[in-house]
Amino acid sequence: MVVADRYEMVCGLEVHVELQTKTKIFCGCTTEFGGEQNTHVCPVCLGMPGTLPVLNREVVNYAIRAGLALNCEIADFSKFDRKNYYYPDLTKNYQTSQFDLPICKNGGLEIEVDGVKKWIGITRAHMEEDAGKLVHSGETITTSDASSVDYNRAGVPLLEIVSEPDLRSIPEVLAYLEQLVQILEYTGVSDCRMEQGSIRFDVNVSLRPIGSEAFGTRTETKNLNSFSSVRRCMEYEVARQARALDDGEEVIQETRTWDEGRGITLALRSKEEAHDYRYFPEPDLVPIVIDRQWVEEIRKTLPELPRERRNRLQELGLSAYDAAVVTQTKAMADYFDQGLAQGAEAKSLANWVMGDLTRLLNSNQCQIVDSPVSAQQLVELIKLIDKGTLSGKIAKSVLEEMYASGKDAEQIVKEKGLAQISDEGALQGIIDGVIAANPQSVEDYHAGKERAIGFLVGQIMKATKGQANPGLVNQLLKKKLSD
Amino acid sequence: MAISREDVIYVAGLARLELNEQEIQDYTQQLNSILDYAAMLEHLDTEGVVPTAHAVPLHNVLREDEVKPSISHDKTLRNAPDAEEGFFRVPRISLT
Repeated sequence: MVVADRYEMVCGLEVHVELQTKTKIFCGCTTEFGGEQNTHVCPVCLGMPGTLPVLNREVVNYAIRAGLALNCEIADFSKFDRKNYYYPDLTKNYQTSQFDLPICKNGGLEIEVDGVKKWIGITRAHMEEDAGKLVHSGETITTSDASSVDYNRAGVPLLEIVSEPDLRSIPEVLAYLEQLVQILEYTGVSDCRMEQGSIRFDVNVSLRPIGSEAFGTRTETKNLNSFSSVRRCMEYEVARQARALDDGEEVIQETRTWDEGRGITLALRSKEEAHDYRYFPEPDLVPIVIDRQWVEEIRKTLPELPRERRNRLQELGLSAYDAAVVTQTKAMADYFDQGLAQGAEAKSLANWVMGDLTRLLNSNQCQIVDSPVSAQQLVELIKLIDKGTLSGKIAKSVLEEMYASGKDAEQIVKEKGLAQISDEGALQGIIDGVIAANPQSVEDYHAGKERAIGFLVGQIMKATKGQANPGLVNQLLKKKLSD
Repeated sequence: MAISREDVIYVAGLARLELNEQEIQDYTQQLNSILDYAAMLEHLDTEGVVPTAHAVPLHNVLREDEVKPSISHDKTLRNAPDAEEGFFRVPRISLT
Protein backbone atom coordinates (compact mmCIF):
# COMPACT_ATOMS: atom_id res chain seq x y z
CA MET A 1 0.00 0.00 0.00
CA VAL A 2 1.50 3.31 -1.07
CA VAL A 3 0.78 5.98 1.51
CA ALA A 4 3.65 8.38 0.87
CA ASP A 5 1.52 10.39 -1.56
CA ARG A 6 -0.84 11.52 1.20
CA TYR A 7 0.64 10.78 4.64
CA GLU A 8 3.92 11.42 6.37
CA MET A 9 5.11 8.93 8.94
CA VAL A 10 6.36 10.14 12.31
CA CYS A 11 8.28 7.64 14.39
CA GLY A 12 10.15 7.57 17.68
CA LEU A 13 11.86 4.53 19.17
CA GLU A 14 12.52 3.13 22.60
CA VAL A 15 15.41 0.72 22.62
CA HIS A 16 16.07 -1.52 25.60
CA VAL A 17 19.62 -2.73 25.70
CA GLU A 18 21.01 -5.24 28.15
CA LEU A 19 24.22 -3.96 29.73
CA GLN A 20 27.30 -6.16 29.68
CA THR A 21 27.67 -6.57 33.45
CA LYS A 22 28.47 -9.84 35.19
CA THR A 23 25.73 -9.38 37.79
CA LYS A 24 22.22 -8.00 37.99
CA ILE A 25 21.50 -4.35 38.66
CA PHE A 26 20.57 -4.63 42.35
CA CYS A 27 21.96 -8.00 43.50
CA GLY A 28 24.89 -10.35 42.90
CA CYS A 29 23.01 -12.93 40.79
CA THR A 30 24.66 -13.72 37.47
CA THR A 31 23.32 -12.20 34.25
CA GLU A 32 24.45 -15.19 32.21
CA PHE A 33 22.01 -16.09 29.46
CA GLY A 34 20.18 -19.39 29.69
CA GLY A 35 20.52 -21.47 32.80
CA GLU A 36 17.80 -23.63 34.26
CA GLN A 37 14.67 -21.64 35.14
CA ASN A 38 14.72 -19.76 38.44
CA THR A 39 18.31 -20.64 39.29
CA HIS A 40 19.79 -17.14 38.81
CA VAL A 41 17.66 -15.63 41.55
CA CYS A 42 17.94 -14.51 45.16
CA PRO A 43 15.65 -12.84 47.73
CA VAL A 44 16.42 -9.39 46.27
CA CYS A 45 15.48 -10.08 42.63
CA LEU A 46 12.59 -12.27 43.77
CA GLY A 47 11.24 -9.21 45.60
CA MET A 48 11.07 -10.87 49.01
CA PRO A 49 9.81 -8.56 51.75
CA GLY A 50 12.57 -7.03 53.85
CA THR A 51 15.28 -7.22 51.22
CA LEU A 52 17.10 -4.14 49.98
CA PRO A 53 18.55 -3.49 46.54
CA VAL A 54 22.09 -2.12 46.15
CA LEU A 55 23.04 -0.54 42.84
CA ASN A 56 25.80 -2.17 40.76
CA ARG A 57 28.55 0.41 40.12
CA GLU A 58 29.27 -1.07 36.70
CA VAL A 59 25.71 -0.33 35.56
CA VAL A 60 26.34 3.36 36.20
CA ASN A 61 29.68 3.15 34.38
CA TYR A 62 28.08 1.56 31.31
CA ALA A 63 25.21 4.03 31.33
CA ILE A 64 27.66 6.95 31.39
CA ARG A 65 29.70 5.30 28.65
CA ALA A 66 26.67 4.82 26.40
CA GLY A 67 25.48 8.35 27.17
CA LEU A 68 28.80 9.87 26.13
CA ALA A 69 28.94 7.83 22.92
CA LEU A 70 25.40 9.01 22.13
CA ASN A 71 26.31 12.66 22.69
CA CYS A 72 24.17 12.94 25.82
CA GLU A 73 24.52 15.18 28.85
CA ILE A 74 25.33 13.10 31.91
CA ALA A 75 23.20 14.16 34.88
CA ASP A 76 25.02 15.44 37.98
CA PHE A 77 22.14 14.12 40.03
CA SER A 78 20.03 11.12 39.16
CA LYS A 79 17.61 8.84 41.02
CA PHE A 80 15.45 5.75 40.70
CA ASP A 81 11.66 5.58 40.76
CA ARG A 82 9.06 2.87 41.04
CA LYS A 83 6.94 2.21 38.00
CA ASN A 84 3.83 0.44 39.21
CA TYR A 85 1.94 -2.12 37.19
CA TYR A 86 0.40 -5.49 37.85
CA TYR A 87 1.72 -8.28 35.75
CA PRO A 88 3.48 -11.42 36.94
CA ASP A 89 6.67 -10.72 34.99
CA LEU A 90 7.52 -8.47 37.96
CA THR A 91 8.17 -9.91 41.38
CA LYS A 92 7.36 -6.71 43.25
CA ASN A 93 4.43 -5.27 41.29
CA TYR A 94 6.68 -2.41 40.31
CA GLN A 95 9.69 -2.05 38.10
CA THR A 96 12.61 -0.09 39.45
CA SER A 97 13.31 2.46 36.74
CA GLN A 98 14.08 6.16 36.36
CA PHE A 99 11.37 8.73 35.75
CA ASP A 100 12.08 12.45 35.94
CA LEU A 101 15.83 12.43 36.57
CA PRO A 102 17.37 9.98 34.07
CA ILE A 103 21.14 9.52 33.98
CA CYS A 104 21.49 10.66 30.33
CA LYS A 105 19.54 13.21 28.28
CA ASN A 106 19.63 15.49 25.23
CA GLY A 107 21.83 13.42 22.94
CA GLY A 108 21.54 12.16 19.41
CA LEU A 109 23.29 10.55 16.50
CA GLU A 110 23.70 11.15 12.79
CA ILE A 111 22.19 8.88 10.19
CA GLU A 112 22.60 8.84 6.43
CA VAL A 113 19.93 7.63 4.01
CA ASP A 114 20.46 7.89 0.24
CA GLY A 115 23.36 10.25 0.78
CA VAL A 116 21.32 12.63 2.97
CA LYS A 117 22.64 13.17 6.48
CA LYS A 118 20.22 13.79 9.33
CA TRP A 119 20.51 14.25 13.08
CA ILE A 120 18.19 12.10 15.18
CA GLY A 121 17.70 13.38 18.71
CA ILE A 122 17.89 11.14 21.76
CA THR A 123 15.62 12.49 24.47
CA ARG A 124 16.98 10.41 27.29
CA ALA A 125 18.54 7.14 28.37
CA HIS A 126 17.77 5.67 31.75
CA MET A 127 18.72 2.67 33.86
CA GLU A 128 16.17 0.06 34.85
CA GLU A 129 15.75 -3.61 35.67
CA ASP A 130 14.52 -6.22 33.23
CA ALA A 131 11.44 -8.29 34.03
CA GLY A 132 11.02 -12.06 34.20
CA LYS A 133 9.88 -14.27 31.36
CA LEU A 134 6.39 -15.72 31.10
CA VAL A 135 5.84 -19.02 29.37
CA HIS A 136 2.24 -19.75 28.50
CA SER A 137 1.26 -23.36 28.61
CA GLY A 138 -1.76 -24.93 26.97
CA GLU A 139 -2.71 -25.09 23.33
CA THR A 140 -2.59 -21.36 22.69
CA ILE A 141 -2.06 -18.29 24.78
CA THR A 142 -5.80 -17.80 25.17
CA THR A 143 -6.81 -21.35 26.07
CA SER A 144 -4.27 -21.96 28.82
CA ASP A 145 -5.41 -21.11 32.31
CA ALA A 146 -1.98 -20.64 33.83
CA SER A 147 1.40 -19.15 33.02
CA SER A 148 4.84 -20.32 34.08
CA VAL A 149 7.34 -17.71 35.19
CA ASP A 150 11.12 -17.75 35.09
CA TYR A 151 12.78 -14.88 36.98
CA ASN A 152 16.35 -15.48 35.80
CA ARG A 153 16.09 -12.33 33.71
CA ALA A 154 14.39 -10.26 36.42
CA GLY A 155 16.85 -7.62 37.58
CA VAL A 156 19.19 -7.85 34.60
CA PRO A 157 20.34 -4.27 33.96
CA LEU A 158 18.90 -2.42 31.01
CA LEU A 159 19.46 0.98 29.49
CA GLU A 160 16.34 2.33 27.83
CA ILE A 161 17.26 4.75 25.05
CA VAL A 162 14.42 6.99 23.92
CA SER A 163 14.63 8.87 20.63
CA GLU A 164 12.85 12.06 19.65
CA PRO A 165 10.02 11.59 17.13
CA ASP A 166 12.48 12.65 14.41
CA LEU A 167 12.21 9.64 12.11
CA ARG A 168 10.19 10.04 8.93
CA SER A 169 10.60 6.79 7.00
CA ILE A 170 11.32 3.12 7.53
CA PRO A 171 14.83 3.44 5.98
CA GLU A 172 15.53 6.23 8.49
CA VAL A 173 14.36 4.02 11.34
CA LEU A 174 16.58 1.15 10.21
CA ALA A 175 19.56 3.48 9.71
CA TYR A 176 19.07 4.87 13.23
CA LEU A 177 18.89 1.37 14.73
CA GLU A 178 21.97 0.21 12.82
CA GLN A 179 23.95 3.22 14.01
CA LEU A 180 22.75 2.82 17.57
CA VAL A 181 23.54 -0.88 17.78
CA GLN A 182 26.92 -0.27 16.17
CA ILE A 183 27.81 2.40 18.75
CA LEU A 184 26.71 0.14 21.62
CA GLU A 185 28.77 -2.70 20.20
CA TYR A 186 31.85 -0.48 19.65
CA THR A 187 31.75 0.87 23.19
CA GLY A 188 31.27 -2.61 24.65
CA VAL A 189 28.17 -1.45 26.52
CA SER A 190 26.25 -4.48 25.29
CA ASP A 191 26.97 -7.67 23.39
CA CYS A 192 23.98 -6.68 21.20
CA ARG A 193 22.95 -10.30 20.67
CA MET A 194 19.45 -9.89 19.38
CA GLU A 195 18.78 -13.63 19.23
CA GLN A 196 19.28 -13.72 23.01
CA GLY A 197 17.06 -10.70 23.56
CA SER A 198 19.95 -8.39 24.48
CA ILE A 199 18.26 -5.62 22.51
CA ARG A 200 14.53 -5.04 22.17
CA PHE A 201 12.66 -2.31 20.37
CA ASP A 202 9.40 -0.44 21.03
CA VAL A 203 8.15 1.45 18.00
CA ASN A 204 5.91 4.53 18.22
CA VAL A 205 4.27 5.36 14.90
CA SER A 206 1.73 7.88 13.74
CA LEU A 207 0.70 9.32 10.39
CA ARG A 208 -0.23 12.86 9.51
CA PRO A 209 -1.48 14.32 6.25
CA ILE A 210 1.41 15.70 4.20
CA GLY A 211 1.92 19.35 5.03
CA SER A 212 0.28 19.06 8.44
CA GLU A 213 2.27 20.26 11.45
CA ALA A 214 0.33 18.50 14.19
CA PHE A 215 1.21 14.89 15.04
CA GLY A 216 -1.43 12.26 14.43
CA THR A 217 -2.49 9.71 17.05
CA ARG A 218 0.24 7.17 17.63
CA THR A 219 0.39 3.53 18.54
CA GLU A 220 3.22 1.84 20.36
CA THR A 221 4.22 -1.68 19.33
CA LYS A 222 6.32 -3.31 22.02
CA ASN A 223 9.04 -5.88 22.29
CA LEU A 224 10.32 -6.35 18.76
CA ASN A 225 13.60 -8.21 18.74
CA SER A 226 15.11 -7.91 15.28
CA PHE A 227 15.56 -5.33 12.55
CA SER A 228 13.41 -7.37 10.20
CA SER A 229 10.55 -7.48 12.73
CA VAL A 230 10.82 -3.70 13.12
CA ARG A 231 10.63 -3.23 9.36
CA ARG A 232 7.71 -5.61 8.84
CA CYS A 233 5.84 -4.28 11.85
CA MET A 234 6.18 -0.72 10.64
CA GLU A 235 5.09 -1.58 7.11
CA TYR A 236 2.00 -3.22 8.57
CA GLU A 237 1.23 -0.47 11.06
CA VAL A 238 1.65 2.35 8.52
CA ALA A 239 -0.69 0.59 6.10
CA ARG A 240 -3.22 -0.15 8.87
CA GLN A 241 -3.30 3.44 10.10
CA ALA A 242 -3.47 4.82 6.55
CA ARG A 243 -6.47 2.61 5.81
CA ALA A 244 -8.22 3.82 8.97
CA LEU A 245 -7.53 7.47 8.13
CA ASP A 246 -8.62 6.98 4.52
CA ASP A 247 -11.90 5.58 5.79
CA GLY A 248 -12.37 8.52 8.12
CA GLU A 249 -11.85 6.39 11.22
CA GLU A 250 -9.85 7.43 14.24
CA VAL A 251 -6.58 5.76 15.10
CA ILE A 252 -6.79 4.68 18.74
CA GLN A 253 -3.86 5.52 20.98
CA GLU A 254 -2.89 2.13 22.31
CA THR A 255 -0.15 -0.40 22.96
CA ARG A 256 0.06 -3.14 20.39
CA THR A 257 1.95 -6.38 20.06
CA TRP A 258 3.62 -7.84 16.98
CA ASP A 259 2.57 -11.32 15.92
CA GLU A 260 5.64 -12.54 14.06
CA GLY A 261 3.96 -15.64 12.66
CA ARG A 262 0.98 -13.84 11.21
CA GLY A 263 2.85 -10.65 10.36
CA ILE A 264 0.29 -8.36 12.02
CA THR A 265 0.01 -6.11 15.07
CA LEU A 266 -2.71 -6.64 17.69
CA ALA A 267 -4.13 -4.26 20.28
CA LEU A 268 -2.87 -5.03 23.78
CA ARG A 269 -4.45 -2.41 26.00
CA SER A 270 -5.53 1.17 25.83
CA LYS A 271 -2.76 3.62 26.55
CA GLU A 272 -4.81 5.62 29.01
CA GLU A 273 -5.00 3.01 31.69
CA ALA A 274 -1.82 1.10 31.05
CA HIS A 275 0.30 4.21 31.26
CA ASP A 276 -0.92 5.31 34.62
CA TYR A 277 2.17 3.90 36.27
CA ARG A 278 1.93 6.13 39.38
CA TYR A 279 5.68 6.68 39.48
CA PHE A 280 7.15 7.70 42.79
CA PRO A 281 10.74 7.98 44.05
CA GLU A 282 12.26 4.64 45.06
CA PRO A 283 12.83 4.92 48.81
CA ASP A 284 15.08 1.83 48.92
CA LEU A 285 17.79 3.38 46.73
CA VAL A 286 19.68 6.58 47.38
CA PRO A 287 20.38 9.10 44.61
CA ILE A 288 23.41 8.98 42.32
CA VAL A 289 25.71 11.97 42.20
CA ILE A 290 28.15 11.97 39.28
CA ASP A 291 31.01 14.44 39.32
CA ARG A 292 32.90 15.63 36.23
CA GLN A 293 35.95 13.57 37.15
CA TRP A 294 33.95 10.34 36.97
CA VAL A 295 32.60 11.30 33.55
CA GLU A 296 36.00 12.35 32.22
CA GLU A 297 37.62 9.11 33.36
CA ILE A 298 35.08 7.17 31.34
CA ARG A 299 35.36 9.50 28.36
CA LYS A 300 39.10 8.74 28.22
CA THR A 301 38.39 5.04 27.70
CA LEU A 302 35.95 5.49 24.79
CA PRO A 303 37.19 3.97 21.53
CA GLU A 304 37.12 5.82 18.23
CA LEU A 305 33.43 5.62 17.28
CA PRO A 306 32.08 4.27 13.96
CA ARG A 307 31.36 7.65 12.41
CA GLU A 308 34.86 9.00 13.16
CA ARG A 309 36.37 5.82 11.81
CA ARG A 310 34.39 5.98 8.59
CA ASN A 311 35.46 9.58 8.06
CA ARG A 312 39.11 8.75 8.70
CA LEU A 313 39.03 5.84 6.24
CA GLN A 314 37.34 7.97 3.60
CA GLU A 315 40.15 10.47 3.96
CA LEU A 316 42.52 7.60 3.18
CA GLY A 317 40.73 7.10 -0.12
CA LEU A 318 38.01 4.53 0.64
CA SER A 319 34.56 5.05 -0.81
CA ALA A 320 31.73 5.72 1.64
CA TYR A 321 30.47 2.20 0.97
CA ASP A 322 33.82 0.50 1.60
CA ALA A 323 34.38 2.57 4.74
CA ALA A 324 30.96 1.52 6.04
CA VAL A 325 31.58 -2.17 5.35
CA VAL A 326 35.00 -2.40 7.02
CA THR A 327 33.72 -0.54 10.10
CA GLN A 328 30.56 -2.62 10.37
CA THR A 329 31.82 -4.27 13.55
CA LYS A 330 34.53 -3.04 15.87
CA ALA A 331 36.39 -6.32 15.39
CA MET A 332 36.60 -5.81 11.63
CA ALA A 333 37.53 -2.15 12.01
CA ASP A 334 40.30 -3.08 14.44
CA TYR A 335 41.57 -5.75 12.03
CA PHE A 336 41.58 -3.18 9.27
CA ASP A 337 43.50 -0.69 11.41
CA GLN A 338 46.08 -3.35 12.24
CA GLY A 339 46.52 -3.87 8.51
CA LEU A 340 46.98 -0.15 7.92
CA ALA A 341 49.55 -0.06 10.71
CA GLN A 342 51.51 -2.74 8.81
CA GLY A 343 51.80 -0.32 5.91
CA ALA A 344 49.01 -1.61 3.64
CA GLU A 345 47.38 0.70 1.14
CA ALA A 346 43.79 1.31 2.25
CA LYS A 347 41.96 0.45 -0.95
CA SER A 348 43.70 -2.83 -1.71
CA LEU A 349 43.46 -3.84 1.97
CA ALA A 350 39.73 -3.09 1.89
CA ASN A 351 39.30 -5.22 -1.24
CA TRP A 352 40.97 -8.21 0.40
CA VAL A 353 39.20 -7.83 3.74
CA MET A 354 35.74 -7.29 2.22
CA GLY A 355 36.23 -9.83 -0.54
CA ASP A 356 38.28 -12.99 -0.16
CA LEU A 357 38.85 -12.84 3.60
CA THR A 358 35.18 -12.25 4.41
CA ARG A 359 34.19 -15.02 2.01
CA LEU A 360 36.54 -17.48 3.71
CA LEU A 361 35.38 -16.42 7.17
CA ASN A 362 31.73 -16.72 6.22
CA SER A 363 32.07 -20.11 4.60
CA ASN A 364 33.83 -21.36 7.73
CA GLN A 365 31.38 -19.55 10.03
CA CYS A 366 34.31 -17.83 11.65
CA GLN A 367 34.39 -14.39 13.30
CA ILE A 368 37.13 -12.02 12.20
CA VAL A 369 38.64 -11.95 15.72
CA ASP A 370 39.29 -15.67 15.29
CA SER A 371 40.66 -15.35 11.76
CA PRO A 372 43.49 -17.84 11.15
CA VAL A 373 45.05 -15.20 8.87
CA SER A 374 46.21 -12.24 10.93
CA ALA A 375 46.09 -8.70 9.58
CA GLN A 376 49.88 -8.75 9.42
CA GLN A 377 49.89 -11.96 7.37
CA LEU A 378 47.31 -10.55 4.99
CA VAL A 379 49.36 -7.41 4.47
CA GLU A 380 52.45 -9.52 3.71
CA LEU A 381 50.44 -11.28 1.02
CA ILE A 382 49.35 -7.96 -0.47
CA LYS A 383 52.95 -6.77 -0.48
CA LEU A 384 53.98 -9.83 -2.51
CA ILE A 385 51.46 -8.77 -5.16
CA ASP A 386 52.68 -5.17 -5.08
CA LYS A 387 56.26 -6.36 -5.55
CA GLY A 388 55.22 -8.45 -8.54
CA THR A 389 56.14 -11.73 -6.82
CA LEU A 390 52.56 -12.99 -7.03
CA SER A 391 49.78 -12.41 -9.51
CA GLY A 392 46.44 -11.34 -8.03
CA LYS A 393 44.88 -14.57 -9.18
CA ILE A 394 47.45 -16.84 -7.57
CA ALA A 395 47.35 -14.71 -4.44
CA LYS A 396 43.73 -15.75 -3.96
CA SER A 397 44.68 -19.40 -3.80
CA VAL A 398 47.62 -18.55 -1.53
CA LEU A 399 45.18 -16.85 0.85
CA GLU A 400 43.06 -20.00 0.92
CA GLU A 401 46.15 -22.01 1.74
CA MET A 402 47.10 -19.51 4.45
CA TYR A 403 43.61 -19.74 5.89
CA ALA A 404 43.73 -23.54 5.97
CA SER A 405 47.28 -23.92 7.29
CA GLY A 406 47.98 -20.69 9.18
CA LYS A 407 51.29 -20.43 7.28
CA ASP A 408 52.76 -17.16 6.01
CA ALA A 409 52.32 -16.23 2.36
CA GLU A 410 56.05 -16.23 1.66
CA GLN A 411 56.45 -19.75 3.00
CA ILE A 412 53.62 -21.08 0.84
CA VAL A 413 54.97 -19.34 -2.25
CA LYS A 414 58.40 -20.85 -1.61
CA GLU A 415 57.12 -24.37 -0.86
CA LYS A 416 54.84 -24.51 -3.86
CA GLY A 417 57.02 -22.55 -6.28
CA LEU A 418 54.22 -20.10 -6.96
CA ALA A 419 56.33 -17.02 -7.44
CA GLN A 420 55.38 -15.04 -10.50
CA ILE A 421 57.83 -15.28 -13.37
CA SER A 422 59.06 -11.76 -13.88
CA ASP A 423 62.39 -12.76 -15.27
CA GLU A 424 62.57 -11.50 -18.86
CA GLY A 425 65.07 -14.13 -19.92
CA ALA A 426 62.89 -16.99 -18.70
CA LEU A 427 59.76 -15.55 -20.31
CA GLN A 428 61.51 -14.82 -23.59
CA GLY A 429 62.15 -18.49 -24.24
CA ILE A 430 58.53 -19.43 -23.54
CA ILE A 431 57.25 -16.60 -25.74
CA ASP A 432 59.48 -17.73 -28.61
CA GLY A 433 58.13 -21.26 -28.25
CA VAL A 434 54.47 -20.14 -28.28
CA ILE A 435 55.04 -17.89 -31.31
CA ALA A 436 56.71 -20.75 -33.20
CA ALA A 437 53.85 -23.13 -32.37
CA ASN A 438 51.06 -20.73 -33.44
CA PRO A 439 51.96 -19.20 -36.81
CA GLN A 440 48.30 -18.66 -37.72
CA SER A 441 47.69 -16.39 -34.73
CA VAL A 442 50.82 -14.45 -35.47
CA GLU A 443 49.65 -13.96 -39.01
CA ASP A 444 46.18 -12.88 -37.81
CA TYR A 445 47.76 -10.34 -35.51
CA HIS A 446 49.81 -8.87 -38.31
CA ALA A 447 46.66 -8.77 -40.44
CA GLY A 448 45.18 -6.41 -37.88
CA LYS A 449 43.26 -8.84 -35.68
CA GLU A 450 44.17 -7.38 -32.28
CA ARG A 451 42.31 -10.17 -30.54
CA ALA A 452 44.84 -12.74 -31.66
CA ILE A 453 47.27 -11.43 -29.08
CA GLY A 454 44.89 -12.49 -26.31
CA PHE A 455 45.10 -16.07 -27.51
CA LEU A 456 48.87 -15.96 -27.49
CA VAL A 457 48.98 -14.48 -23.98
CA GLY A 458 46.64 -17.23 -22.86
CA GLN A 459 48.98 -19.87 -24.28
CA ILE A 460 51.94 -18.32 -22.48
CA MET A 461 50.03 -18.19 -19.18
CA LYS A 462 49.06 -21.82 -19.68
CA ALA A 463 52.66 -22.80 -20.35
CA THR A 464 53.71 -21.11 -17.10
CA LYS A 465 50.78 -22.46 -15.05
CA GLY A 466 49.54 -18.90 -14.62
CA GLN A 467 52.74 -17.76 -12.99
CA ALA A 468 53.98 -15.42 -15.70
CA ASN A 469 53.67 -11.72 -14.91
CA PRO A 470 50.83 -10.78 -17.29
CA GLY A 471 51.92 -7.18 -17.73
CA LEU A 472 55.41 -8.22 -18.65
CA VAL A 473 54.15 -10.95 -20.99
CA ASN A 474 52.05 -8.43 -22.89
CA GLN A 475 54.91 -6.03 -23.18
CA LEU A 476 57.45 -8.61 -24.32
CA LEU A 477 55.04 -10.28 -26.73
CA LYS A 478 54.10 -7.04 -28.47
CA LYS A 479 57.73 -6.11 -28.80
CA LYS A 480 58.56 -9.49 -30.27
CA LEU A 481 55.68 -9.42 -32.75
CA SER A 482 56.58 -5.96 -34.00
CA ASP A 483 60.20 -6.87 -34.56
CA MET B 1 -12.70 17.27 48.54
CA ALA B 2 -9.52 16.67 46.56
CA ILE B 3 -10.30 13.00 45.99
CA SER B 4 -13.61 12.04 44.43
CA ARG B 5 -15.28 8.67 44.66
CA GLU B 6 -14.42 8.18 40.95
CA ASP B 7 -10.74 8.63 41.82
CA VAL B 8 -11.01 5.92 44.45
CA ILE B 9 -12.71 3.50 42.07
CA TYR B 10 -10.11 4.25 39.40
CA VAL B 11 -7.11 3.75 41.70
CA ALA B 12 -8.65 0.60 43.13
CA GLY B 13 -8.96 -0.68 39.58
CA LEU B 14 -5.30 -0.01 38.90
CA ALA B 15 -4.39 -1.83 42.10
CA ARG B 16 -6.70 -4.74 41.21
CA LEU B 17 -8.79 -4.15 44.36
CA GLU B 18 -12.47 -4.91 44.48
CA LEU B 19 -14.21 -2.45 46.82
CA ASN B 20 -17.79 -2.51 48.13
CA GLU B 21 -19.87 0.65 48.48
CA GLN B 22 -18.98 1.12 52.16
CA GLU B 23 -15.26 0.77 51.42
CA ILE B 24 -15.48 3.27 48.58
CA GLN B 25 -17.01 5.81 50.94
CA ASP B 26 -14.56 5.05 53.75
CA TYR B 27 -11.50 5.29 51.53
CA THR B 28 -12.71 8.49 49.87
CA GLN B 29 -12.99 10.09 53.28
CA GLN B 30 -9.72 8.65 54.63
CA LEU B 31 -7.66 9.56 51.57
CA ASN B 32 -9.02 13.10 51.75
CA SER B 33 -8.11 13.52 55.39
CA ILE B 34 -4.58 12.26 54.64
CA LEU B 35 -4.24 14.78 51.83
CA ASP B 36 -5.68 17.55 54.00
CA TYR B 37 -3.10 16.79 56.64
CA ALA B 38 -0.26 16.83 54.08
CA ALA B 39 -1.62 20.10 52.70
CA MET B 40 -0.23 21.82 55.82
CA LEU B 41 3.14 21.71 54.03
CA GLU B 42 1.80 24.13 51.47
CA HIS B 43 1.81 26.87 54.13
CA LEU B 44 5.57 26.62 54.46
CA ASP B 45 7.87 28.89 52.53
CA THR B 46 9.87 26.54 50.25
CA GLU B 47 11.39 29.28 48.12
CA GLY B 48 14.89 28.20 47.10
CA VAL B 49 14.59 24.71 48.61
CA VAL B 50 15.72 21.94 46.25
CA PRO B 51 13.05 19.24 45.81
CA THR B 52 13.81 16.26 48.03
CA ALA B 53 14.67 13.12 46.09
CA HIS B 54 15.31 11.02 49.14
CA ALA B 55 14.70 11.34 52.87
CA VAL B 56 18.15 10.02 53.82
CA PRO B 57 21.08 12.37 53.13
CA LEU B 58 23.21 9.72 51.40
CA HIS B 59 24.19 9.14 47.80
CA ASN B 60 26.16 6.66 45.69
CA VAL B 61 25.70 3.54 47.75
CA LEU B 62 27.11 1.11 45.22
CA ARG B 63 28.34 -2.46 45.07
CA GLU B 64 31.06 -3.98 42.90
CA ASP B 65 30.07 -6.15 39.95
CA GLU B 66 30.93 -9.47 41.57
CA VAL B 67 28.83 -12.59 41.21
CA LYS B 68 27.40 -13.95 44.46
CA PRO B 69 25.80 -17.38 44.68
CA SER B 70 22.09 -17.49 43.95
CA ILE B 71 19.81 -19.43 46.28
CA SER B 72 18.81 -23.04 45.77
CA HIS B 73 15.97 -23.94 43.51
CA ASP B 74 14.26 -25.56 46.40
CA LYS B 75 14.33 -22.40 48.53
CA THR B 76 13.30 -20.26 45.61
CA LEU B 77 10.07 -22.12 45.12
CA ARG B 78 9.34 -22.83 48.79
CA ASN B 79 6.99 -19.84 49.12
CA ALA B 80 5.41 -20.22 45.72
CA PRO B 81 1.65 -20.87 45.93
CA ASP B 82 2.08 -23.07 42.88
CA ALA B 83 5.07 -24.32 40.94
CA GLU B 84 5.76 -26.72 38.11
CA GLU B 85 8.99 -27.97 36.59
CA GLY B 86 11.00 -25.27 38.32
CA PHE B 87 8.70 -22.47 37.18
CA PHE B 88 6.45 -20.32 39.33
CA ARG B 89 2.91 -20.97 38.20
CA VAL B 90 0.49 -18.06 38.13
CA PRO B 91 -3.04 -17.52 36.87
CA ARG B 92 -2.96 -16.56 33.24
CA ILE B 93 -3.30 -12.83 32.74
CA SER B 94 -4.24 -12.00 29.22
CA LEU B 95 -3.23 -8.68 27.80
CA THR B 96 -4.88 -9.25 24.46
